[in-house]
Amino acid sequence: MTRRFAALAALLLATPASAETIAIVDARLMTMTGTGEVERGTIVIRDGRIAALGADVAVPSDARIIDGRGGVVTPGFIQTDSTLGAVEVSQVPASADRATHSAAISAGFDISLGLNPDSILLPVSRLAGITHAVTTPLYDDRRGRALQFAGQAAVIDLAQRPQMVTRARAAMVLEMGEGGAERAGGARGSAIVQLRATLADVRHFAAHRAAYDRGEGRPQPLSRVDLEALVPVAQGRMPLIVKVDRASDIREVIALAREEKLRIILDGAEEGWRVADAISAAKVPVILDPLADLPRSFSELGATMENAARLHAAGVTIVIKTGSGVAHRARELRYGAGNAVAWGLPHDAAVAAITVNPARVFGVSDRIGTLETGRAADLVLWNGDPLEPLSQPQALFVEGSEKPLTARPLELRDRYMPSPP
Amino acid sequence: MRHAALVLLAATALAGCAASGRPQPASAPVADAAPAIDRDPYPGTYHAPAAERVALVGATVLTATGEEIANGTVLMEGGKIAAVGASLAVPDGYRTVDARGKWVTPGVIDAHSHLGAWAQPESVDAHNDVNEMTDPNTAQVWVEHSVWPQDPGFDAAREAGVTAMMILPGSGNLFGGRSVTLKNVPSVTMQGMKFPGAPYGLKIACGENPKRVYGGKGRSPATRMGNVAGYRKAWIDAQDYARRRDKWEAAGRTGEAPKRDLQLETLAGVLKGEILVQNHCYRADEMANMIDISREFGFKIRTFHHANEAYKIAPLLAKEDICVATWANWWGYKMEVYDAIEENAALVHAAGGCAIIHSDDPVVIQRLNQEAAAALSAAWRAGIRISKADAIRWFTANPAKALGIADRVGTLEPGKNADVVLWSHDPFSIYARAEKVWIDGGIVFDRADARYRRHSDFLLGQPGETP
Repeated sequence: MTRRFAALAALLLATPASAETIAIVDARLMTMTGTGEVERGTIVIRDGRIAALGADVAVPSDARIIDGRGGVVTPGFIQTDSTLGAVEVSQVPASADRATHSAAISAGFDISLGLNPDSILLPVSRLAGITHAVTTPLYDDRRGRALQFAGQAAVIDLAQRPQMVTRARAAMVLEMGEGGAERAGGARGSAIVQLRATLADVRHFAAHRAAYDRGEGRPQPLSRVDLEALVPVAQGRMPLIVKVDRASDIREVIALAREEKLRIILDGAEEGWRVADAISAAKVPVILDPLADLPRSFSELGATMENAARLHAAGVTIVIKTGSGVAHRARELRYGAGNAVAWGLPHDAAVAAITVNPARVFGVSDRIGTLETGRAADLVLWNGDPLEPLSQPQALFVEGSEKPLTARPLELRDRYMPSPP
Repeated sequence: MRHAALVLLAATALAGCAASGRPQPASAPVADAAPAIDRDPYPGTYHAPAAERVALVGATVLTATGEEIANGTVLMEGGKIAAVGASLAVPDGYRTVDARGKWVTPGVIDAHSHLGAWAQPESVDAHNDVNEMTDPNTAQVWVEHSVWPQDPGFDAAREAGVTAMMILPGSGNLFGGRSVTLKNVPSVTMQGMKFPGAPYGLKIACGENPKRVYGGKGRSPATRMGNVAGYRKAWIDAQDYARRRDKWEAAGRTGEAPKRDLQLETLAGVLKGEILVQNHCYRADEMANMIDISREFGFKIRTFHHANEAYKIAPLLAKEDICVATWANWWGYKMEVYDAIEENAALVHAAGGCAIIHSDDPVVIQRLNQEAAAALSAAWRAGIRISKADAIRWFTANPAKALGIADRVGTLEPGKNADVVLWSHDPFSIYARAEKVWIDGGIVFDRADARYRRHSDFLLGQPGETP
């Protein structure tokens, strides 16, 4: 009964960006800025914004105080390579909007359209400290591996509000390596040639739109929406997420990006540690799953738990994710970061890899990823080390709005839990 | 997509039991009688590694009998646990391992794995030997005949403290075939890994997978009621087969022997209690149906696997003494796991049941301790008081029970086999890594010594970390 009352109370408190002053006191603050960590600090949140933070911050007399003793405050976590908001039950296709098999829409697929803020997965992920996701298209290979691009990713928030898109069209998604080879006819050489030809087509299209629309342009294998979607990629304005694992594939992709003047983000990169210096020199960020330590394919024979630590040591900006296209299991993000620490990654680098790094890589670091005065509060109070499974969040704010620590699975739990004696 | 495929194929197997040791065919009572059936035609050849006399001194010891011992000592001798206690004196002749600040637990046991049967590199079709989806009843297949001992996944699991596991066929069929229980030792043959005397299991699958696989082919089962009709027909056939075999045996094996039928032989083994039922089943209502079927035909279900709705019927499962092998984190990949909750294991445990954290996955098997930590954390969040000393059973003593090997492994008690893990930290911490692992008192992994890594022939000469 006490628990239900607490849940109810939390719901009542969950008013968005309320005209209220809140002070989280006596907690360790991981700011993820140049300020670094504050060992025992206070954060004052006024009307949803961080009004002050630090070791010697006065608590306003009207503040609701949240006791953070022994706890840690982090920025809200960001789950990259996710399908949150675009799927409810993986094997119920009608509940999923994360992939397309339309021949006319490949690069043009915009996952930011048609997302579901009422998804029950969002509060489940919040219980793991996740406030944002990079919702990223998957390939739909049901009818044969045909489409070159999966589509465009979006940064979203998990506040369950109608305007849930933090940044639409944040990056284009392309798989190279084994998957790219298969889609291009069965060989890596074909996929690389195809990509160069596509970029040439896009640039030609961009320079001759009027002729194209008169039907006078040169014939294009891609649809108009795909060509249009790729223009910012070809011009280096939109980053291209390239899914690739084998060391040699990574080298090829980096060389191609340099020649074509593309901004790329490597995703997967299980053998990245073998070419860490080349990745670092090219200043290419890497999205990786720290738990990917098995030789699942002939492109991943060098997979190791130490990939994250080695890439970080080489100066590469790393972004930690859980699996690929994750939604239901997004809540395991902090465990993956913790495992990376167990295998040599510094703790603050692991937290950066799920906060400020993805915010920077996806162009939203002006809003999220750090604890800074003046920003909408996007943060989590934990009752211990946030990377430990035995720690749990005690309070959570998504861009200014405090959210209840409840979710449908907890309601199921309470329905079936025996009453205390 | 890979995840969905994994889930589809994840099936529970029924473990059946070969008799302990090596049963020999009985000599025929009359000259012209048919020979008795060899119930162990693929006998194990496992030999314990050279056992040391080792003393682990100064650790926090979780015995999996409910005790947490501070400053504990564990003595291993002759392949067995010799003693466990606080501040024990170390007798002469023992190699002492300084375990101060570290933790010691029984070897990790996974009640649900497909290692070897769906080996790395798993994206290669040639390596997928886990699901004989050619008929809804393939009780005649034995997954041990799919196990490739060179699967690099065995190495990764050993380096994470896994000392034994049950390998199951997939869940595409109503009856997937026989499971096998293996010791996680490097071996060129499957026989060299077989856990001596471990019973076989039979994998049965409920729910969406069989009806999707066969309904999609225009065959039965296409519905859940079709699933149940399929089970019942098979058990009727098995009862008839067992009756004919018994009658012939009772008559001194004279006259024409009933023709052997591998499929019915396994099912009859379940009816005789020799083979343990390992039942992939997610929903509470379907588990209740399966319990009724077991009563209708007179067999026992040993374990429900995945069983994400066990929390809805936890008292029933405790009363029936059926173990629940589940996860903390997996949910929502299909309708029958929509209601999964992180507290599933804890609520089964709190009802007095046998809760198990299993993997069904070559990555999760490397961190069953972390999956259990997530389950324990959810319990604490709900105000359910479970100690680490109890939760350790979820991936040691309780899977040993589910596999029928609890008399030999799963706890740190004098006389038990010395399957032991030395952890760098509290195993419920994300930072804990297995530092040393013993099986039957012989060391099989030492993180400080590269000779204990990457045994798989497949990885020789490949990029990566070959020593």
